[in-house]
Amino acid sequence: MPLETLSDKIQMSLRRLTGRGRLNENDIDTAMREIRVALLEADVNYKIVKEFIADIKEQALGERVMKSLTPGDQVIKIVYEELVKLMGEEASPINLKKSGTSIILMCGLQGSGKTTHTAKLANHLRKYNNMKPLMIAADVYRPAAVNQLVQLGKQLDIDVFEMGIMAKPQVIVKKGLEYAKEHNNNLVIIDTAGRLQIDEVLMQELVDIKEIAHPDEIMLTIDAMTGQDAVNVASTFHEKLGVTGCLLTKLDSDTRGGAALSIRYLTHIPIKFTGVGEKLDQLEVFHPERMAKRILGMGDVLGLIEKATENIDETDAMKLNERLQKGIFTYDDFLDQIKMIKRMGSLKGLLGMIPGIGSQIRNMEIDEKQFTYIEVAISSMTKYERKHPDEVATSHSRKMRIAKGSGRPYQEINNLTKRFEDMKKQMIAMAGMSEEDMQKAARNGNMPIRAGKPKKGKGKNKGGFRF
Amino acid sequence: MGFLFFGKRKEKNEQSKKYNLGLKKTRTGLLGRLKQVLTGYNSVTEDLFDDLTDIFIMADVGVETTLNFIEELKSDERVKDCKTASELQPIIVDKMFDLYLKGEIVNNNLNVQKEGLSVFLFVGVNGVGKTTTIAKIAYRLKKEGKKVLLAAGDTFRAGAVDQLEEWAKRVGVDIVIKKGATDPSSVIFDAIKRAKEGKYDVLLCDTAGRLQNKAGLMAELAKMNKVIEREVPNAPHETLLVIDATTGQNGLSQAEAFMEVTNVTGVILTKLDGTSKGGIVLAIKDKYNLPIKMVGLGEKMEDLEYFDLENYINSLFDEEEDE
Repeated sequence: MPLETLSDKIQMSLRRLTGRGRLNENDIDTAMREIRVALLEADVNYKIVKEFIADIKEQALGERVMKSLTPGDQVIKIVYEELVKLMGEEASPINLKKSGTSIILMCGLQGSGKTTHTAKLANHLRKYNNMKPLMIAADVYRPAAVNQLVQLGKQLDIDVFEMGIMAKPQVIVKKGLEYAKEHNNNLVIIDTAGRLQIDEVLMQELVDIKEIAHPDEIMLTIDAMTGQDAVNVASTFHEKLGVTGCLLTKLDSDTRGGAALSIRYLTHIPIKFTGVGEKLDQLEVFHPERMAKRILGMGDVLGLIEKATENIDETDAMKLNERLQKGIFTYDDFLDQIKMIKRMGSLKGLLGMIPGIGSQIRNMEIDEKQFTYIEVAISSMTKYERKHPDEVATSHSRKMRIAKGSGRPYQEINNLTKRFEDMKKQMIAMAGMSEEDMQKAARNGNMPIRAGKPKKGKGKNKGGFRF
Repeated sequence: MGFLFFGKRKEKNEQSKKYNLGLKKTRTGLLGRLKQVLTGYNSVTEDLFDDLTDIFIMADVGVETTLNFIEELKSDERVKDCKTASELQPIIVDKMFDLYLKGEIVNNNLNVQKEGLSVFLFVGVNGVGKTTTIAKIAYRLKKEGKKVLLAAGDTFRAGAVDQLEEWAKRVGVDIVIKKGATDPSSVIFDAIKRAKEGKYDVLLCDTAGRLQNKAGLMAELAKMNKVIEREVPNAPHETLLVIDATTGQNGLSQAEAFMEVTNVTGVILTKLDGTSKGGIVLAIKDKYNLPIKMVGLGEKMEDLEYFDLENYINSLFDEEEDE
């Protein structure tokens, strides 16, 4: 699987040309070929690729690129801007009624993840929109589909309306809506059976359900790994039903997800949510510019910031900052920080959002236990030691005791204390920096907190802590 | 064309009819356009090759495989002698056979041992149709007189065990379920024990769908594989990678990753009754030499056929039929 990202490829093809003076049309053509192949490998529909390339090429031949000292950057910028434009520039919110019961109808091919995402969506809207959801189990065809939704409902403590598999889906939906009224549910999500868009009988069933339920949102679930056919699927569902939104599932795979671009471009259906894991809270609002970056392989800084703000307590952060400005950073502070980071999710997921790192770690093993080892080591320190890191660093016997207490090798503890000193200096330096300084530092690539280069391989951490 | 085919061919006619029916949408939908393209050109030109490239790409045949294929086609001696575009057709067909077979005999029979227990392991990403495929294979093997046991190894997804249990009932085969189990390897272990004691011919092991980039889940699969290897000599006799026909370029990454942790012996291409071509399996064969063993053509338990390359390729070039 080609792991270089599209932006790497563009850079590569144009880097060969730098130092040769001005670019000519041939040079641009070479870059365009790379872009074409990369987009096709990302499963962007071939027709769109054609139009896209023609458009990009015209812009690339303009002054901005030809005269630039960094043509690679310029071309990437053009590609990125175009991708965002195609994707729809802003995130589209879900359609919900201001008052009364909002109804969402889920539809899609078999195996695209409707049942799981019915539950995820119900959970998400309960959490963020404060709604009282009811899920209707209208998939009477796939064996145990009703059961699956019932089980998911139990896990989340969300009501499920079901009538087994003997009733017609139309009847189930009708009864389910009545049930919602009686039970004051202000959100109803209807799970339906997976179906091929060419299956006339089953498509008619969806049309019937639409007429019965008058949904506010008709949500098409599409597997992010779908190839060229995504466009056919989406446009047929759209024709028959008037799809109002798309939910892109399995985006936690290593797919580029070019199908998203194709759907948006050819059908204009906005993509509203993405499924990013098997856990029921792993649903995210779709952001076009992030998808553009993913296709390009540029990382997701915005996603990282959002995760951070969601999980980091402002007052805690302020307190830490005050301490740092006074030049204080102890193991206790470090422990708090680790806990904060852990709350934000997997380390790999976080690192993957940082531009430039994403592509490097996509297939690497990251030992998520690293943080746990550090926590264990710090827990084995006395209160006094945690407040006085220098004394730990300089005392062999203290380190020996901590190693024994935590069950980690001595070397690892030694490493921790050494690195802690470095980190302390950097943290304090950073706290004293202005925002401008920080940006400058980040651009120069010596951001005070180093993400560390994760090593490949699953061996026990022989190299001590990495942070 | 020097082409041999292995597999059950008893009901060849009936089968190929169904196959063609299933593939008909394929044919009229996308790769069927090949013929249209060829007839649309008078002579062999660069534009024609570009259009051909688009057609392969459109069917999700891997980008690399397609580009190589077209390059080779261009440089083929016979192509240079072609005066009209339609003369290209037999050459393209021939080269597609070459692409798939690479001068070897491809055996797509399922490896059921004459004596003793055969164990088949089914792997793949989420939602490709592993459980349904197992039911279909169980049905087929049972019809052939085999004593079949199913192992409900998807302990993760809600309702997965119920789903396989329901299929076992419909097909009329036995199933091993471990209520409340979270370690699928233990389910597999129990199922092997039961299969040996009950003198079953074939054990079909279901597994949870897993994305190939989730290292933890892939390790779990490796463990299941190890348990099978340890408990039954020469097992698993088949490790079948189930791939959804709608899958795009990611199919290659799937094949590579699953081959790393298990000894994948073949591909089962599901949902070929839709409009998707599943062309990525041609790239998978080309790149990783994994044969396509069977294709899924519907939701009923009879809707599974042995993959027939001749049918597949020929039907791609058939005239469009009106219905």
